[in-house]
Amino acid sequence: MWKIKPFDHLILFLGTLFLLAPVVLAVMSSTHSAVEIHTGGLFLTPGTEGAATYAKVLTARGGFTGDVTGLSMLMNSLILGVGFAVGKIVLSMMAAYALVYFRFRFATAIFWMIFATLLLPLEVRIMPSYQVMSDLHLLNTYTGLIVPLLASATGTFYFRQFFKSVPDELLEAARIDGAGPVKFFLDILVPLSRTMMAAIFIIMFVYGWNQYLWPILMTTDEHFFTLMRGIKAILQVWVGSQIPDYNEAFALAVLAMVPPVLVVIVFQRMFIKGLTESDK
Amino acid sequence: MTVSPSLSLAQRLRLWVSRPAGPPAKAVQFDRALTPWAFLVPQLAIVVIFFYWPSAQAVTSSFYLEDPFGFGATFVGLDNYADLSRSNEYRQIAGFTAFFSAVVTALALGLGLLLAVKADKVIRAAGPYKTALISVYAIAPPVAALIGMMLFDLHIGPATQFAALFGYDLRVGIDYWDTAFALIVISVWKQVPYNFIFFLSGLQSVPVSVREAALIDARSGWRRFVDVTLPLLAPTAFFLLIINVTYALFDTFGIIDVIVKDKPANNPMTLVYKVYLDGFKGNDIGGSSAQSVVLMVLVAVLTVVQFRLLERRVHYG
Amino acid sequence: MAGMTLSSVGKTYAGGVQAVSDVSLTIEDGEFIVLVGPSGCGKSTLLRMVAGLEEITAGEVTIGDRIVNRLEPSERDIAMVFQNYALYPHMSVRENMAYGLKNRGTSRAEIEARVTEAARMLELGPYLDRKPRALSGGQRQRVAMGRAIVRQPAAFLFDEPLSNLDAKLRVSMRGEIRKLQRRLGTTSLYVTHDQLEAMTLADRLVVLNGGRIEQVGTPLEVYHRPASTFVASFIGAPAMNLMDAQVAGGRVLLEGVDLGPAGVAEGAVTLGLRAEDLSAAPTGLPVVVDYVEELGASRIVHALAEGQRIAFAHPPEAALSDRMALRVAPGRLHLFDTLSGKRIDRAARVPEVVA
Repeated sequence: MWKIKPFDHLILFLGTLFLLAPVVLAVMSSTHSAVEIHTGGLFLTPGTEGAATYAKVLTARGGFTGDVTGLSMLMNSLILGVGFAVGKIVLSMMAAYALVYFRFRFATAIFWMIFATLLLPLEVRIMPSYQVMSDLHLLNTYTGLIVPLLASATGTFYFRQFFKSVPDELLEAARIDGAGPVKFFLDILVPLSRTMMAAIFIIMFVYGWNQYLWPILMTTDEHFFTLMRGIKAILQVWVGSQIPDYNEAFALAVLAMVPPVLVVIVFQRMFIKGLTESDK
Repeated sequence: MTVSPSLSLAQRLRLWVSRPAGPPAKAVQFDRALTPWAFLVPQLAIVVIFFYWPSAQAVTSSFYLEDPFGFGATFVGLDNYADLSRSNEYRQIAGFTAFFSAVVTALALGLGLLLAVKADKVIRAAGPYKTALISVYAIAPPVAALIGMMLFDLHIGPATQFAALFGYDLRVGIDYWDTAFALIVISVWKQVPYNFIFFLSGLQSVPVSVREAALIDARSGWRRFVDVTLPLLAPTAFFLLIINVTYALFDTFGIIDVIVKDKPANNPMTLVYKVYLDGFKGNDIGGSSAQSVVLMVLVAVLTVVQFRLLERRVHYG
Repeated sequence: MAGMTLSSVGKTYAGGVQAVSDVSLTIEDGEFIVLVGPSGCGKSTLLRMVAGLEEITAGEVTIGDRIVNRLEPSERDIAMVFQNYALYPHMSVRENMAYGLKNRGTSRAEIEARVTEAARMLELGPYLDRKPRALSGGQRQRVAMGRAIVRQPAAFLFDEPLSNLDAKLRVSMRGEIRKLQRRLGTTSLYVTHDQLEAMTLADRLVVLNGGRIEQVGTPLEVYHRPASTFVASFIGAPAMNLMDAQVAGGRVLLEGVDLGPAGVAEGAVTLGLRAEDLSAAPTGLPVVVDYVEELGASRIVHALAEGQRIAFAHPPEAALSDRMALRVAPGRLHLFDTLSGKRIDRAARVPEVVA
């Protein structure tokens, strides 16, 4: 009954090959020099220039001001990813707690007000969002980079679903044990949500790290450039050069994809669970 | 500890839509006047400042013609909308957006499902495939596009060289449809793993007893797939459809920006990219805002219609 | 430790649904009271009102000498054991038991002493540092008990605490709860839908139906003198036979057969007969046997008397035939009003001595 199925493996193998080949090409090509790539095309084998290229991309000062490095962009991407994930978890856990565990006036209205944000992605109100940030003098700040991205209810939705699945009796037992709303939240609900928090942290970290449009609008000061913003920058000088810095572009792309890919692979089980079991 | 797996994804989605008012979410709740507000204030403040304020701004400025040099604005009523409806370019972009979204959604869903079904059959060996695919999921759209751009590069791109073998001159970035082709390939590539993960987890949640019953009732594997597996996957597919359309409409921004590189002339683009171009590059704030509002309405309607229409045809097991 | 009174307690939900109405009950200090009834009878609601988890919309609840209507659950000096145990999954057994005490500011040494004592009593010593998920169902049940015991409350409230256990464990836990309560002498209010559990545990039973009290009494009182047809059919297995009968000339007539003296007004009545009060006899009520339930020590024969169902106990060794005649043990006729279903008290009308 359970036999080896060569045909199934073939399709899977080919599919995976096609999906992974570009990544492999990028990683391998980043270890060759620009000239090699220009004359020989992309590579599937490692080259010898890797160390030099990555050292240059990470530490060489570039840009107009001359103090943006790959390392500083990496740092900013990290701040964005972690800041976004932590902010999301804190805000949405608190809001979901209020929505699930309290009876209060206007609860329905507030519910709708928060969940309507799921309807409209940031991209459709990008122009006025930029103006608001400009009015609030938040351009070129970490606050401006991170906080507006928090204005969507995805996390709140995840936590609301999770809290609703927590047995009612736990709250009742806690009330008999003399725990008020704040104590119940901190002593019972937060520790209970650890797995959920971890899963959401991973999802949100990847989401924050991978943000593109918002960082390219919000940051003109190179001190705040993320890796995604760096990719945009490298492409802007691309046009017109004799031999484009293919190798550096590849190295930058690799730097930009390694952290989220690593996080997702290492926490694969938790990530998939969080993704598929709590809706979107 | 974890989210109850007994309800399927779409069941919960449906519950959420059909009884959206939520409260009372619990039979037992705290009865306090002020505490809930203390918990809500941070999220509410951010939602109001960074969601409702800009959204309202988009609506108001769509009725104004803004001076490009920032010397005030004139109220022009619905002129911006009228201009949009008369613009051939806008209609053409809307058409491309529809085409692009449909193709990307169909291909990404189809390939994701194919791989998931195959992985489900070789379940004991599915681990490595899963890991490989999930790593592609974590790659940002602009990074995917940067890699894609190299693949389609006029000088060094393997895809270009491959096409040349068949005598086809693939000119991504120059020829409209060649560029569209590259955009679609990259967008699908980036999204297949996501669909794969969901379809696979959907397939694996089909109970063993149901599989065995199907094995007894239907001889051909294809029949089993069409009659049993597919209906059980419907909730997942329905959910993914929404996610994929949203992805094609909005999340592909990074891909388009990298491939098209601010050179809109004779290049395909989607409505979202047009909003960005007109607003930031063209300084047509009124027109861009009007487009934003059109998109807002489109997205809102799409979401509601999808739920209303598709929901009925989906079998909730 | 304290007694408890419920006076005219009622619960009306926002939608106008009346879950509990006009319940009055006085519970002595140290008494074990079981609230029993079918699902939806309001027994859990009543318990939760006492606990403070459900708002009391009418009447008053007193624990000790305090009216607790407006008090938070934690201020009512009660402890509760839940059906699904409601243990905090992220805390160890020790932490689970200590949490309530910690919140009340009990000293660390005192907490330690009480937890140790409770663990000893419940034989939980070796498991104190385990998480609930590493325990069996029975052990979790004990931890839930332990959490209640360490509080040293005025009253224990039990909400169907045994219904998640398998049948065998249920019987042994039943015994343990009873012994423990006797030993501690703590007033207890216990909710169950299982009439056997109710009979074996209670000092007094409170039978609820549709949010009202049907009868209050010791298990034997309730069993032998059910106050209504509802109680008669709910308490005891197999359920009491309830049949349409007539009273004529001071005698009870079932399908025309004289079963004994009535002592109540003439006319139609509902006649209640326990299966064990019926036995086969050469002459009596003629029945046609339908089917037989073997119970090992005895058997229950289901039969028809002129179309009315009747079940009777029959010794396993005794002969069975298709047609039999039944007699009723003297004085074991229960008469109920056909309309209200209330018991018609014969002694009150006719001073006849019942054997």
